[in-house]
Amino acid sequence: MARKEQPYDDIPGTFVFDAERSRRGYGINMFCMSLMKDENRKAFKADEAGYLKKFPLTPEQTEAILERDYNRMLELGGNIYFTAKLGATDGHSFQHLAAVMTGNSQEDYAKMMLGGGRSIEGNRSRSGKNTPSKFLSPAAAKKKPSAARPKTKARSKSRSARRK
Amino acid sequence: MARIIAGIGSSHVPAIGAALDNGKTEEPYWKRVFSGFEKSQAWMREAKPDVAIIVYNDHASAFSVEMIPTFALGCAAEFPPADEGWGPRPVPVVQGHPALASHIAQSVILDEFDLTICNKMEVDHGMTVPMNLLFGKVDKDAHWPCPVIPLAVNVVMYPPPTGHRCYMLGRAIRKAVESYPEDLKVVIFGTGGLSHQISGPRAGLINSQWDKSFLDNLSKNPERLVRIPHVDYMREAGAEGIEMVMWLVMRGALDDKVDEVYRFYTVPASNTAVGHIILQNRRRAARTTPRRRPAAAKHKRAAARGNVQRVRS
Repeated sequence: MARKEQPYDDIPGTFVFDAERSRRGYGINMFCMSLMKDENRKAFKADEAGYLKKFPLTPEQTEAILERDYNRMLELGGNIYFTAKLGATDGHSFQHLAAVMTGNSQEDYAKMMLGGGRSIEGNRSRSGKNTPSKFLSPAAAKKKPSAARPKTKARSKSRSARRK
Repeated sequence: MARIIAGIGSSHVPAIGAALDNGKTEEPYWKRVFSGFEKSQAWMREAKPDVAIIVYNDHASAFSVEMIPTFALGCAAEFPPADEGWGPRPVPVVQGHPALASHIAQSVILDEFDLTICNKMEVDHGMTVPMNLLFGKVDKDAHWPCPVIPLAVNVVMYPPPTGHRCYMLGRAIRKAVESYPEDLKVVIFGTGGLSHQISGPRAGLINSQWDKSFLDNLSKNPERLVRIPHVDYMREAGAEGIEMVMWLVMRGALDDKVDEVYRFYTVPASNTAVGHIILQNRRRAARTTPRRRPAAAKHKRAAARGNVQRVRS
């Protein structure tokens, strides 16, 4: 069964760890969790493919782990707090991991963060929905929040529709 | 009667804890972050809370994907720091307040918030980093200045509780605290955020405009924030920025009108925008003078009117 499209799939460069990904990625995350123990880290490092057989993983998930394809792991149900444990097992800092996921060198990524991070402008939407959230935008702040107004509008509209 | 005197919002970036533990606080990068909390620590020393309720999230430490409670209240007598892969942080074991915690659990569950009760739980940087930022560095063998009631919120697996739900839980917690007979001064922390994304190709996202607006509204107009849908948090503040809903539990536990006594914001700490705010309940000042004086005067006036009428008849 294909993944049901969600409103947050429109956010670019983002794999939201939702209930469905959590279900599909259970094996990935349980594998990562096992790396909290030193003996497991050693066993994994000694025979990666063999160690992974202990967990319920699809062939795609196994491949993503062996190839350290972090974005693919997220897509297939891994969660960043868990996959970060794999990065740590490899001896990488979190910033290294972030750089890998963004396709940058660690140096460039670090520079971007020091410069204030990745801008929201142009990074809101894949479908071109690039206007800021109405809930916090300065324009919205000026308007008085009125729950009644939109309701009245909707009612008058439906009334006029009935008249027609 | 126990009462909540103030709410504290604070980021809980793990790298802040690592910087503190590894003696890097004087490096310019980290000094910029730590110096923003000096005033807060002075405020905290003066406020001397008896208990702190800390709303935070676990990051694959105490809870893995085997159990994902939406709201989990720590009712244990103590909470050891978790081993997050580098050994437990060198901070003291956190002392709980089981009596108040179980009182809160009983009260809020009857108010229809179906909490998970944790009588054994380890706590990770999500809780201990804000404690360090507000209480300062505390030696592993010393004691934190006050007992803590942890409230762990699932913000790792989507969907977390809605902002509105968090806010209403805060209200229920306030009601619970105020019905506790012992005279206790309570502070409540909302932790996590502000804008950050640490996963996927969009990692590194920071949205300072969003953060500033969030802090402004948190202080003066929290009702505006409770309607923000999750997708807006994730789009605007980053996939992991959704942690900000936890600040709404804190805000819900405060009075409608509060005094913002301090605010600090800096970018970045590691991959995150660091936000911090202290909001104080106004009732705190009012309580220092004896209450009900206006009521007594009104009563006297009524009595005086009664006297006049009696004379007439």
